[in-house]
Amino acid sequence: MRKGIFAMKSILNGLAALGLGLAAVTAANAAEYPIKKPVEQDWSFAGPFGTYDKGQLQRGFKVYREVCAACHSMNLVAFRNLEDLGYSEAQVRAIAAEYEVEDGPDDSGDMFMRAAKPSDRFPAPFANPQQAAASNNGAVPPDFSLIAKARAVERGFPTFVFDIFTQYAEAGPDYIHALLTGYEEDSHGHEVPEGTYYNPYFISSASLAMAPPLSEGMVTYDDGAPETVDQYARDVAAFLMWAAEPHLEARKSTGFVVMVFLLLFGGLMYLTKRKIWADVH
Amino acid sequence: MSATDSTEHTRRDFLYVATGVAGAVGAAGVAWPFIDQMQPDASTRALASIQVDVSGVEPGMSLTVKWRGRPVFIRNRTEKEIEEARAVALEDLKDPVARNANIPADAPATDIDRSAGEGKENWLVMVGVCTHLGCVPLGQAGDFGGWFCPCHGSHYDTAGRIRKGPAPENLAVPTFEFVSDTVIQVG
Amino acid sequence: MSAGHSTYTPKSGLGRWMDARLPLPRLVYDSFVAYPVPRNLNYAYTFGGILTLMLVAQIVTGIVLAMHYAANTEVAFNSVEKIMRDVNSGWLIRYLHSNGASMFFIAVYVHIFRGLYYGSYKAPRELLWILGCIIYLLMMATAFMGYVLPWGQMSFWGATVITGFFTAIPVVGDWIQQLLLGGFAVDNPTLNRFFSLHYLLPFMIAGVVVLHVWALHVTGQTNPTGIEVKQKTDTVAFTPYATVKDAFAMVVFLALFAYFVFYIPNFLGHPDNYIEADALKTPAHIVPEWYFLPFYAILRAITFNIGPIDSKLGGVLAMFGAIAVLFVVPWLDTSKVRSAVYRPWYKLFFWLFVINAIFLGWLGSRPAEGVYVAMAQGATLYYFAFFIVIMPVLGLVETPRRLPNSITEAVLEKKSAGVPATEQAKG
Repeated sequence: MRKGIFAMKSILNGLAALGLGLAAVTAANAAEYPIKKPVEQDWSFAGPFGTYDKGQLQRGFKVYREVCAACHSMNLVAFRNLEDLGYSEAQVRAIAAEYEVEDGPDDSGDMFMRAAKPSDRFPAPFANPQQAAASNNGAVPPDFSLIAKARAVERGFPTFVFDIFTQYAEAGPDYIHALLTGYEEDSHGHEVPEGTYYNPYFISSASLAMAPPLSEGMVTYDDGAPETVDQYARDVAAFLMWAAEPHLEARKSTGFVVMVFLLLFGGLMYLTKRKIWADVH
Repeated sequence: MSATDSTEHTRRDFLYVATGVAGAVGAAGVAWPFIDQMQPDASTRALASIQVDVSGVEPGMSLTVKWRGRPVFIRNRTEKEIEEARAVALEDLKDPVARNANIPADAPATDIDRSAGEGKENWLVMVGVCTHLGCVPLGQAGDFGGWFCPCHGSHYDTAGRIRKGPAPENLAVPTFEFVSDTVIQVG
Repeated sequence: MSAGHSTYTPKSGLGRWMDARLPLPRLVYDSFVAYPVPRNLNYAYTFGGILTLMLVAQIVTGIVLAMHYAANTEVAFNSVEKIMRDVNSGWLIRYLHSNGASMFFIAVYVHIFRGLYYGSYKAPRELLWILGCIIYLLMMATAFMGYVLPWGQMSFWGATVITGFFTAIPVVGDWIQQLLLGGFAVDNPTLNRFFSLHYLLPFMIAGVVVLHVWALHVTGQTNPTGIEVKQKTDTVAFTPYATVKDAFAMVVFLALFAYFVFYIPNFLGHPDNYIEADALKTPAHIVPEWYFLPFYAILRAITFNIGPIDSKLGGVLAMFGAIAVLFVVPWLDTSKVRSAVYRPWYKLFFWLFVINAIFLGWLGSRPAEGVYVAMAQGATLYYFAFFIVIMPVLGLVETPRRLPNSITEAVLEKKSAGVPATEQAKG
């Protein structure tokens, strides 16, 4: 099955090359950024039978917790959702208890802090956007709940047509992976304002306010996965895809049943139609 | 001719029936998510249990907390209230069943079975919703010193059992447990 | 809703009793059972049925979403995400609704192009066509307001840009914009009224659809030959013939719909709409949903002043003109022959028009700069020339091919000429 999809992909890529003629005409006018397009990665959740790799999601969550969460909120995700990652109810309870959330008012009317419960959402690192901006050189770190669906580098004609058939829907994680692994020392003549870092994959300019966040060995993996920047980026991108689209697996598996049903029902309908029309033709 | 005609007919009928059945299955499959979406959602279900600190509730005091959108009465009963409730004979009760979600459904409505159990007889935990039509009864009121529902005049005793008025059942005791000496988890 | 004589005869006593008091079964029987349809309708004619299905699907999923959605700028975005994350099957219903809008437009475009190709707008079906144009306008208004509800960046800025059109109107423009917005910018009052209207308009569409079908059943359907029904052999009964054919087409269309919903549900959306609306930050490129792109391209193609009309007003006029011109199509086409099948030149210009419309759509998604502007201007010119010049002139100068005498004759001719042997054996 996967082989077939890859074969289809390469045929379509061939067609895409043919389309370059037209694309070249328009390239001059295409958006200036990003300077480089993300490289397509292999994701376990791609394709019609895609599923999340729970081990990868747990690693990605670890990277988020230990690195990203210092600046990036994840306001829409609750601790109870972490059961999707393969954690038991007790583990989720324990993870939640490591966080503090504000509750109240108590009987004297004061707000108070308490340990988080599974039903709570992830607490944000900053109280409000103003505080976030003040602590980050004026740039508000975006919320991560939907980031994997809120970022996509335009694919251009004719690739976007082929994307319908290859079911390409991983522009978000591809972008996140490319951005996190794409920092370069040499800015190749691009102007890099003070306090920003050159990254040719950044979607809206040549450099961004976030310093390269990942470095080799900074997060300890206990499942033997390589502790490299590339692996961290890959894992956290997968985790963020899950955070943005938690029902992806249910969607794809339901889709398979629906498609099979429609195929059968369509076949029956067609035969019925032919039978009924037989005496007219 | 007529023989082939009839097999043709059977085949045709089978096709029509199969198509019709497939259509009905499809319609039912589509209908389900549209019905299911009306059920409580995941965030509501996640709030299904709460923990309440009762360390500050002295005998004779009550606490009302909100659980699943409804009030739950937590009362630390006085010795007098317990004795009054114990003195009532089972046959005098309008509803002889305990209505306690923590013990078998047919347990009798004795005072101990209404309360938090052996050693915790002073604690009474009940959903504060009148079993008549859903109003919230007033505490320490009515003819039996328990609860009184002002909507239609139902009187409950100090164990929350219906004694007089239109309500059919004792006030319901929800699933709860003492997770420590001072914390009750409801639900 | 049926033309001609009713053939309904109630069989049971209850049927006769009801027929004398409220002849609803008679209406259904005459309109959807005995109603004669031309026997030579192809699959392009099944899109009316598909559109009915999509309207019902959108109303049903929409009502369900409204049970969970909150039209308040503080919570609207999060309430949509709650639907996507927490509500049982909420993700499915929301994706059905958002992709359903696109599918609705795919179907309506096929339906409109089919009408243009086979001359379905020509006398005596002018009112039928105009009612269709009204439905299309209502659909656009509904879709636009629906897109604002998730309160993402594109929702907000799309609403800002589109309500900005009205400021192009001289003198009263600003007043009209403020009236629409309920403020000086898109904000909570705007969201609230858009939600209210988004809920109302589909039922108005349903009402106009009833008129549309009524008008259709008075004049009868056209067919690929464009020749009116003349004899009984030209037609078949609506049920079972058209019913089963429409049903098959619906299943095929549902498969396309399901493919988008289950495998690429965000393909037709814009990533920026997963960012909550921010009145202080405009996205780099504001693009409307794909079904508005051709009109958006026309809007931006007018970059020059035309006499006293400045380019801003000119763009808005051109855009509304592109839709308004559809209303007068029945009187722009001067041809005596209805169907493009017998009009070789019209057929050519028609397909050029289709390609041009798709091209305009693509241009609408490009930034309005450089070579794109020039291309959009050329495509806009052809769009209007097709209606205002080609349609009237071609009708006068084109020599149509020979028409068959009747639908039956056309069907028989087609059968004897180069149709595969198996098809013939069946006939």
